[in-house]
Amino acid sequence: MRKKIYLDYAATTPVDPRVLKAMLPYFSEKFGNTMSLHSFGQEAKEALEESREVVANLIKAKPEEIIFTSSATESNNLTLKGIALARRSPRLAEAPAKRVGGGGFAGHIIISPIEHPCVMESAKWLETQGFEITRLKVDKYGLVDPDDVKKAIRKETILVSVMHANNEIGTIEPIEEIGEVIKRKSEILNLKSKIYFHTDAAQSFGKIPIDVNKMNVDLLSASSHKLYGPKGVACLFIREGTRIAPLLHGGGHEFGLRSSTVNVPAIVGFAEAARICEGEMRKEARRLTKLRDRLIKGVLEKIPNARLNGHPKKRLPNNINFSFQGVEGESLIMQLDLLGIAASTGSACSSEKLEPSHVLLAIGLRPEQAHGSLRLSLGRWTKESDINYVLEVLPKVVKRLREISPF
Amino acid sequence: MPIYSKEIIKHFKNPKNVGKIKQPDGIGEAGNLLCGDVMELYLKIGENKKGEKIIEDIKFKTLGCIVAIANTSLLTTLVKGKTIKEALFFKKENLIKRLGQPLPPFKIHCSVLAVDALKEAIYDYYLKNKIEIPEELEKEHQRIIKTKEELEKRYKGFQAFEKEILKE
Repeated sequence: MRKKIYLDYAATTPVDPRVLKAMLPYFSEKFGNTMSLHSFGQEAKEALEESREVVANLIKAKPEEIIFTSSATESNNLTLKGIALARRSPRLAEAPAKRVGGGGFAGHIIISPIEHPCVMESAKWLETQGFEITRLKVDKYGLVDPDDVKKAIRKETILVSVMHANNEIGTIEPIEEIGEVIKRKSEILNLKSKIYFHTDAAQSFGKIPIDVNKMNVDLLSASSHKLYGPKGVACLFIREGTRIAPLLHGGGHEFGLRSSTVNVPAIVGFAEAARICEGEMRKEARRLTKLRDRLIKGVLEKIPNARLNGHPKKRLPNNINFSFQGVEGESLIMQLDLLGIAASTGSACSSEKLEPSHVLLAIGLRPEQAHGSLRLSLGRWTKESDINYVLEVLPKVVKRLREISPF
Repeated sequence: MPIYSKEIIKHFKNPKNVGKIKQPDGIGEAGNLLCGDVMELYLKIGENKKGEKIIEDIKFKTLGCIVAIANTSLLTTLVKGKTIKEALFFKKENLIKRLGQPLPPFKIHCSVLAVDALKEAIYDYYLKNKIEIPEELEKEHQRIIKTKEELEKRYKGFQAFEKEILKE
């Protein structure tokens, strides 16, 4: 049988059998609606609140500071739009209609240029609603300079959103320092209302330690399917006292911030997955870092004109991203797939926009370099022999594609 | 990523006519670095028994995605040995049809690169040999050049953006 090696854990992960086992009773047996008063409802409610506690404990938050959503995309949309709407400047109402959409009268938001599309697009939409967006720059490794955040903050600033770790290049941002800078600058400006700080931790949650207090964040998004839990469930940490408006109105679930019948089995699965990750985190991070660095070293030694994208050290234990000169990413992915290796690319050819990854362009890659990019992301079932296989196959595949390339 | 037809995978796994021709009679280029696919196509022109000009040999090199590789491979097998007139008559639609699968709209442009490169190579051959260029081919050539220029403009935009980042 042909080998099948999954190296796309950053895209999604399989559900851990232990997680599935924890979920199963909540489909047909303990199926109640958390809002019902009877024992079926109470049972579901109990499972929900226990799960909330588990997730809260993992990131050093209070249970009432955690709400469950359907995806990290939803959590991030809720953050940007919810805060923007709750903090919309009353001056907007006084401003002449024609200035709406251009003047930034409604409020000012700062984001990094390498955020996930759900943050980028939410920000873009808010621009059409009268908010002003500052997109920071990043250095060649994808790092945001806290000093740039300091410079970008104004008295109209309501929110700063910088991801914890990047999904494509794995670079871990200096969240703690950025949080510090925001606090200090707020004091200097003597702001009456707080500038909220949000981080999208979809890629880092369960992989590296997270402490919302140490990190100085007011909001944090995390997703279940990236950490061996089911798809369709995620969470948002919202610090007590944060002013935020809901996107979904209705029965008042999740402290009135997210009406919708609660997806109990998925939430139970998410909590169990998070609990397992927390328990295994240190050991697993060490194991994956070793495999990661071996693969990086091997590829850079064996393949000429290859470059590592992202920071060599400040990166997720499971993320690897290369660019190969003269190679087209989609062809590379397909060729690897035919040989049993599942990976991903930032190539334009795999996207409908026909433009290469905004992350790779933001770190200064030329379009053709971004085009020849390969992301390998390791996970719980990645073995040493998988790495050996990649090291054996990848140089041959790159060589073959270069042979048919005009460059 | 779209799922590709057997025909596409077959050509992708084992592309025909890859390489360069030494001292080609015509060279055609198509594509751009922004979307990433770049195609170079080489022609060797000969004559058949009737004295008509034919494509005696055809080879290509590409920095391209699956569809671009498969398509060019297929096109080269289809036009090799054919007269130039027949080759010029070759329509993009035929090629897409032959690949046995409707392509998503954003992939169509990858699939027509081969046809454009072939036209450019024939144009180059006509030009070098001072053969009168048919009106239709001249029009096509102008269109291809225009597309290239537009994309280059966008590419320059990217470079300017890059410089701006480095400057700061």
